Amino acid sequence: MNIKIDLFENDRVIEVFVHGEIDAYTAPELRDILFPLSKKDEVQMVVDLTNVNYMDSTGLGVFVGIFKNIRAQSGELRLMGLSDRLKRLFEITGLADIMDINSPIEGEVE
Amino acid sequence: MPFREAMEAKYRDILAKYIEEQKESTLYLAQKFSRKSIENQVTPEEIISLHKMILQEMYPEMPTYVTHSFDLLLEIMLGYGFAYREHQSLRHQQKELRSEIEIAANVQHTLLDTEIPVVEGLDIGAISVPARLMNGDYYNFVQDENQCISIAIADVIGKGIPAALCMSMIKYAMDSLPEHRNEPSILLENLNHIVEQNVDPSMFVTMFHGIYNYEQHLFSYASAGHEPGFFYDGKKKEFTEITARGLMLGIDKKTKYTQYEKKIEPGDMIILLSDGVTECRTSEGFVEKDTLLTYIDKYLHLSAQEIVNRIYKDLEQIQNFQLRDDFTLIILKRSV
Repeated sequence: MNIKIDLFENDRVIEVFVHGEIDAYTAPELRDILFPLSKKDEVQMVVDLTNVNYMDSTGLGVFVGIFKNIRAQSGELRLMGLSDRLKRLFEITGLADIMDINSPIEGEVE
Repeated sequence: MPFREAMEAKYRDILAKYIEEQKESTLYLAQKFSRKSIENQVTPEEIISLHKMILQEMYPEMPTYVTHSFDLLLEIMLGYGFAYREHQSLRHQQKELRSEIEIAANVQHTLLDTEIPVVEGLDIGAISVPARLMNGDYYNFVQDENQCISIAIADVIGKGIPAALCMSMIKYAMDSLPEHRNEPSILLENLNHIVEQNVDPSMFVTMFHGIYNYEQHLFSYASAGHEPGFFYDGKKKEFTEITARGLMLGIDKKTKYTQYEKKIEPGDMIILLSDGVTECRTSEGFVEKDTLLTYIDKYLHLSAQEIVNRIYKDLEQIQNFQLRDDFTLIILKRSV
């Protein structure tokens, strides 16, 4: 049960790489790091979840919170690299319809 | 004899004995003595002070440097004494909090209590077990005079006390919207408004709501991002996932919900659950959907309540009796 969060900040562009599991124990750490960033004006946040092998609904709550903050500040949030299991979590909850999940990167060949 | 005096006498005894003859049995007495003094909240510095006093009595000729050294030791042990008293008081507070949570859990249990309706031709079973003291899952049955049973199953994102408090609010919100009971999509829309406005912005709720008309055996339902359940077709002996799309409650005020309908034939079943069921993890990984369905299949011949109880027991066992999330499972079976 551990998590590693790497952050690359360049003006309004914020890239986040998460490794490990996001659950009730690790979600507070993720929240503490991402929440203040999500409240800035017009941020473009990309969260790479390729190396996240497990996430429960607590993790989902963190992303919804960030999403609401970013949307309120006219920014953008994109989640990428989600495994099928993670993607299912966003689909069931209806979040995949309102959030940018696993969309292909501009210029990338599908 | 008051405790302090008795303690002094006892310590004098033990000390004299040990100085005279260094026996294992005397050390054992010392161990017993320390347990007793901890029980009676005697601080470490009190023991040292006692030790010093008794030594001075026993050996009036004791060199002054020994006495001085005890004064220094006393000073040092004062800090330990403070830490010890703080620990005692925290332990006490922890006990108080725990008993308060236990009372809260009981209150919650009473508030959220629901009775499973008894209707001819329909067999209903339900189980809900919290991972911790308080439950963030919730289910509710209401039977009305129009031959309808309202079934709600919900899960607050988040665990423990905040989730449980939020759930109590949802229940009261539901109770206050009786005129919409027959329209699951409208009920969810209304609840969405309430959750959006009144609940902490980082707290969200998933809910599945259905109305079972037991005259026509028609099931109308809508889902707000809830873990999908299953329909069991008694003729084909097949399970299909209940697909109902909809956003979780509390995210977007303007959310609309689609309502679906399904005719339930004799021998068919409706299985509703929370993500605590599908998120069961064992040392080998997740409990896959197919595994869960095999379990249900295995117990098909039993009553609905028996089925949910057995599945809970089985899944609890393969998880080594450690629930990671609140677990709720409901089965409605139309009799053949």
